[in-house]
Amino acid sequence: MPTGHRTHRLRGSSALAAAGLLTLTTACGGGGGGEVTSLTAMDYNLAEPQNGTTKKMLQECGEQAGVEIEREALPRDQLMPQLLQGASQQELPDLMLIDNPDLPQVAATGALLPLDEAGFGTEGFYPSVLRVGTHDDTLYGIAPGVNGLALFTNTAVLDDAGVEPPRTWGELRDAAAELTRGDTKGFAFSAIGHEEGTWTFEPFLWSNGATLTELDSPEAVEALELWSDLVEEGSVSQSVVNWSQADVNDQFLGERAAMMINGSWQLPVLDEQDIDYDVVPLPVPEAGADPATPMGGEVWAIARNGGEREQKAVEVLQCLLSDDNMRQWAELNAYVPAKEDLARALAEENPQMAPFVESVPTARARTAELGEHYPDVSSAIADAIQQALAGSGTAKEALAQAQQSVPDA
Amino acid sequence: MAARIGFLAPIVVYLAAFFGYPLVANITMAMREYTAASFYTGEAPFVGLANYAAVLSDPVFGTAMANTAVFTAASLAFQFGIGLALAVFFQRHFPLNGVLRSLLLIPWLLPLVVSGTVWRWIFDQEYGVLNQTLLGLGVIDSAVPWLSSTAMALPSVTVANIWVGIPFNMVILYGGLQSIPAHLYEAAALDGAGPWQRFRHVTWPLLRPVSAVVLMLGLVYTLKVFDVIMVLTQGGPANATQTLTTWSYSLSFGELDFGLGAAVGNLLIIIALVFALFYLRGLRTFGASPARKGR
Repeated sequence: MPTGHRTHRLRGSSALAAAGLLTLTTACGGGGGGEVTSLTAMDYNLAEPQNGTTKKMLQECGEQAGVEIEREALPRDQLMPQLLQGASQQELPDLMLIDNPDLPQVAATGALLPLDEAGFGTEGFYPSVLRVGTHDDTLYGIAPGVNGLALFTNTAVLDDAGVEPPRTWGELRDAAAELTRGDTKGFAFSAIGHEEGTWTFEPFLWSNGATLTELDSPEAVEALELWSDLVEEGSVSQSVVNWSQADVNDQFLGERAAMMINGSWQLPVLDEQDIDYDVVPLPVPEAGADPATPMGGEVWAIARNGGEREQKAVEVLQCLLSDDNMRQWAELNAYVPAKEDLARALAEENPQMAPFVESVPTARARTAELGEHYPDVSSAIADAIQQALAGSGTAKEALAQAQQSVPDA
Repeated sequence: MAARIGFLAPIVVYLAAFFGYPLVANITMAMREYTAASFYTGEAPFVGLANYAAVLSDPVFGTAMANTAVFTAASLAFQFGIGLALAVFFQRHFPLNGVLRSLLLIPWLLPLVVSGTVWRWIFDQEYGVLNQTLLGLGVIDSAVPWLSSTAMALPSVTVANIWVGIPFNMVILYGGLQSIPAHLYEAAALDGAGPWQRFRHVTWPLLRPVSAVVLMLGLVYTLKVFDVIMVLTQGGPANATQTLTTWSYSLSFGELDFGLGAAVGNLLIIIALVFALFYLRGLRTFGASPARKGR
């Protein structure tokens, strides 16, 4: 989930245009049983260079499959409402690129093509990558590349202070306190009131042995207490409750935070600037504990739009996920390729990607425990984080309240 | 007769298509379990008032109601008070009157997303100009978390909204003041009325119809404020600035539970309607008052 949520303004017009285009293209492309000559695709890769590359890849893969692809790109927070609206008219785009925690919502409608039934080859993919595309034991979505979270450190600031990148929670706390000087805070992360905040917290929750279904467990409370203590001790600004991951990155770039949690997609942004940084795996509760990061990234899914269209769409998807395209996609977005051998090669080439590649095999699907109920619980967790950090309740009280949103098993 | 129908038809069609249909759709949607799957399957089971029950028993409901009430009342009171003071002030003749008055309109001309973003900088805990100034003056000892504490967020967001609303109040009230005949003030002065008495017995009663309109419009605008809160805090932290509007949005488009979102939206409409009825009743009273004859 790379992009922020602050794009509410431009929505109306583009949504209307998209709706119009969509109806138009499906009207021409679909139709009564004739040769399929065009397919539709929808994604939210609006930023360059992703925008241009997505377009080019779709076009090339369309040519290979002998179809023209009409692609529509929308702002991120507009994609799901738009897809749902399309679904209500049985007019979903043939190919759609969805943020993985949203997939169960779409899959639960029954509008998506099961990819395993369609004979889609998944050889060489990380099993963990396939899990994020799975809903009710059926594969509906497949990621060209995935991302995850790691700890970014400002090399110069850490060297000056003689601090090593922390590996455990204890070390993290000490390092954050040590690095807090004047205008610079030791550490920063996004604790904003929606999914971006929740997913930044999940590695702490999971690596301490807690689950998303028992939010009031002592392990979960302990994880949230770590965060609230960091804020209380002044090592982390209380403003994190309003910071998206992009804001956190800005703080790090402006040297207002010596360390931050962020995703691999920030690597190109950081490389454009004059800053020396290091990337290490996220700290775990105790030395030797297993890290557990949520798996991020988007998955391609195919709509049930009838035999021949589906077949063409599968062909296009197979091309999008070819080794060459996957490598290009990963390099461009700073994502980890979904196939293990490609990912290993990338880690050797680019050491900064190594911590992200390392985390993929054990990375978890956020929706594994909760399926389509994930958005509800995610929003309750984000609330709990904010309550604990913004000073209106203890971690224990906040999580007890969040637990009420977990559906009874 | 045909001409009359031809004259009315466009507005009737317009109202039915753009007001009637969405309103009815929203009311029926609020009585269904309308989730993401409903869009595809077309199945949204009728649940009667269950969505309302769920909304009313949600702990966020109390918070959102209280926030909406405080936000609206405080915004209205200060926007109106400050707007009226400025309007009275600008009635006097002094150099640069027109220039200053135009400058005060700027908050109104700025897109809300722009003003919201600027206020976000002003309120920033570490580097915001507000904390820097207050710290420099020695008013506070440590930076105030304007937008990031549950205690301060609502007052801060309200202040930003007040700033946005002042020009509107000032302009309309200034217009209202201009329509009060000058000879009434002269007569009052001859009778020995001081400035306060002139305001209390001439300006205030003659300005009442205009004030009622300003307050009513202000109420409707403030109840549905969305942009300012979204840009500043997105309803957070921990729902501290969640109003009925932002909550309805987050239920519908965040949690994709459109039935619940629609129910909250309808509650908002009912609240606005109640106030509109008060206003209409008030208008009838004004109609009979001598205030109208002043023109």
